[in-house]
Amino acid sequence: MPLSALSKNHHVVTVTFSFCLQDYRSHAHFSRIFREAGYISVAKPIIELRNGLGSNPQGLLRCHPKSRKAWTVTINESREAMEQVSSKFGITPEDYMLPARTEIHMLDVNGKLHPAGQQGAEPGHEYPLPSPAALLAAYEQLVIGRRVNDQNSALVRQGRMAVYPSSHGQEACQVAAALCLGEDDWMFPTYRDSVAVMAKGVAPMEVMTSFRGDWHSGYDPNQYKVSVQATPLTTQLLHAVGVAHAAKLRGEDTVVLAMCGDGATSEGDFHEALNFAAVFNLPVIFFVQNNQYAISVPLSQQSVAPSLAHKAVGYGMAGERVDGNDLVALLAVLGRAVRLAREGNGPLLVEAHTYRMQAHTNADDATRYREDAEVQAWIAKDPLTRMRSYLADAGLLTEAAEERITASAEAVAKTLRDGMNSEETPDPAELFAYVFSSPTTQLTEQAHMLADELAREEDTK
Amino acid sequence: MSPSISTSSPANGNVSAETAAQAARTANTGVQSVTFAKALNTALADAMEHDSAVLMFGEDVGVLGGVFRITDGLTKRFGTGRCFDTPLAESGIVGMAIGMAMNGMRPVIEMQFDAFAYPAFEQIASHVAKMHNRTKGKMPLPMVIRIPYAGGIGGVEHHCDSSEAYYAHTPGLKVFTPSTVKDAYLMLREAIDSPDPVVFMEPKKLYWTKEQVDLESLRLSHETSMVPPTEGKAAIARAGTDATLIAYGPSVSTALAAAEAAALEGRNLEVIDVRTIVPFDDATISESVRKTGRAVVISEAPGFASVASEIVARVQERCFHSLAAPVLRVTGFDTPFPPPKLEKYFLPSVDRILDAVDALQWEEVA
Ligand SMILES: Cc1ncc(C[n+]2csc(CCOP(=O)(O)OP(=O)(O)O)c2C)c(N)n1
Ligand SMILES: [Mg+2]
Repeated sequence: MPLSALSKNHHVVTVTFSFCLQDYRSHAHFSRIFREAGYISVAKPIIELRNGLGSNPQGLLRCHPKSRKAWTVTINESREAMEQVSSKFGITPEDYMLPARTEIHMLDVNGKLHPAGQQGAEPGHEYPLPSPAALLAAYEQLVIGRRVNDQNSALVRQGRMAVYPSSHGQEACQVAAALCLGEDDWMFPTYRDSVAVMAKGVAPMEVMTSFRGDWHSGYDPNQYKVSVQATPLTTQLLHAVGVAHAAKLRGEDTVVLAMCGDGATSEGDFHEALNFAAVFNLPVIFFVQNNQYAISVPLSQQSVAPSLAHKAVGYGMAGERVDGNDLVALLAVLGRAVRLAREGNGPLLVEAHTYRMQAHTNADDATRYREDAEVQAWIAKDPLTRMRSYLADAGLLTEAAEERITASAEAVAKTLRDGMNSEETPDPAELFAYVFSSPTTQLTEQAHMLADELAREEDTK
Repeated sequence: MSPSISTSSPANGNVSAETAAQAARTANTGVQSVTFAKALNTALADAMEHDSAVLMFGEDVGVLGGVFRITDGLTKRFGTGRCFDTPLAESGIVGMAIGMAMNGMRPVIEMQFDAFAYPAFEQIASHVAKMHNRTKGKMPLPMVIRIPYAGGIGGVEHHCDSSEAYYAHTPGLKVFTPSTVKDAYLMLREAIDSPDPVVFMEPKKLYWTKEQVDLESLRLSHETSMVPPTEGKAAIARAGTDATLIAYGPSVSTALAAAEAAALEGRNLEVIDVRTIVPFDDATISESVRKTGRAVVISEAPGFASVASEIVARVQERCFHSLAAPVLRVTGFDTPFPPPKLEKYFLPSVDRILDAVDALQWEEVA
């Protein structure tokens, strides 16, 4: 692809490029080519189909050589993106931003595929079925996720772990959240998203570090592209926006998935994060697991919007709602969202309707605020049984495959049990080691004081 | 004076609300074993019974009764108009409480845990603290922000902060922190009655501690002003002669345990419970230190730029000529609050307090 520098000022180089129409893929695709050529795109390449279809289209790229330090951004990029993407779908920007009239679902409660016309087929909201291989791989993670949740809850009951906010019942959301991302994409999870964190590749015992009270977090976020599991609600969503913005300025095509619960959408940071992401046209998927409760408070007391997904339009981004106990639909909806975001179409908000089948944490007593009948009704919609029946009926799940999957879930459970049984206690000296890049004089003194105390205790034993 | 609000819940009429009040009084009469949590719960109920302008709201305070059950039964008894769940947003809770206080109510609001009050810091520091001063007293804000705080329960990150210094450092906020069951009742009633905003800090490790008290007689004494106010009044938790231990909230029980241990070694320590950090009782504390000549300040919060630092400075300014040794501090380390398994190394302990007492230059006086 020929590049020629058109004009230069101190900071920004503008180059024109021409390309064949079959080269046309996505802005991210061009950005990658320019990056490899030593340019850092400061905005999406402007692509003009100047000479009409069939001849050589032209484009403009505002960028600067990697050595330059200044950045500029295009102001109206978000609006243009909305117009481009909606016209690609043949619908208005409003119809692109508004969720489809009903939640997207593919499997019914018995695991039967809905008729094609009911699978999410509105113009601009069409969702093709994921491939059999993708479905089977996701099912394996689903089985593992359920096993992880139940194993951890058992460990808490046995007093071997401090706390575990279980995602029992929400595993389909957990699995899809991880599987929709590429290896270099980032995830910003909450305390409830341990299964998603593991499904993105973090070693189980590294995830459990915080829940067994050893340290505040047990894995390296950079290694896995998974941020620490956030407890202060929705604070992480803005961090996700920042990670996406930095990646975009460097011309990388990273997508960021930022997770929160239904209750958390009431926090101010939720709204700030959505607005920032939309204004800066950033590739962030806000994934809300609407499990109907924030501890004891039902969704009806959090929001009277038609749905949480409808909040998207207020910020100028696309929203979609999906059956959160339908792994097939989740894979389709999140997969499309990631694709759209990566192509430079801005952020999306996906709301999954699911249910927290157990108490908020082991410290909570859910019988104080909800009826067992409600829980039973959701148990009938269990994501696991639905997916299993679908795969079995479709002939995708052989007995051998089921055995292999059960065995791999058992292996993870054993890792958790064995890890929790080891009575390692963290080293108290660590208290002082990481407050700063190197301890201050005062911290060093305090570390000595504690070491002294512990030595004296040893002596008197 | 205050706007009237129906005290009836959807299920119960006013008549049964009356009956509920009567039943509660009967149940609370007589000396019995009462938890810190129950004392706070009763103080809220009594205040709501006493003044219909008193409202309670926050996260999970309705049907659930709060994650620590401090608001247990209030919605049932007073209706969803007077004790209710809000959307999950601390800044919203405090901001709305400000408006309600501006318009005739006396809101009591709950922050679920210490570190979850931080989203509301803007509202607290810029408005709760300043409205009275900004308007030269024309717009008082009688409201109480209840915050469970500090460690000792093996809680995970964000659930154990000792955040009192942020509030104490902000002029315009009163900061109360009880350490006994009786004070829990009386201080919360006083905080609700106060014309000024009060940050009411509840040491969460004390919620399940018990004392023998008669809640109904406390109610009567409070409502007939028969008990002296606690605001600006430190309490002498243990009388002694050799040195003064100054503590508040979660650290008072540790200081008392240290004093008992010191007594076995022949030292008679006085223990002072600060009770209200703002306003601060210079008089009681100075008097004690002038008498004993030695002092140790104990607090869970990191020591640097802390309430403990302020206490040391004030004691030194007022008691310099009576001091036989520098005033020492036993505090949390200058680190973030540790994970559960390391908590015990962080918290002030009896041994650490005794070490500090030993370091008060006894030999030079002898
Ligand atoms: C800023 C903040 N306020 C309060 C809390 C306490 N808290 C922890 S989880 C929770 C409920 C959250 O509900 P939701 O967002 O629906 O997520 P879920 O727990 O249902 O997954 C609350 C109130 C918190 N962690 N952070
Ligand atoms: Mg929820």
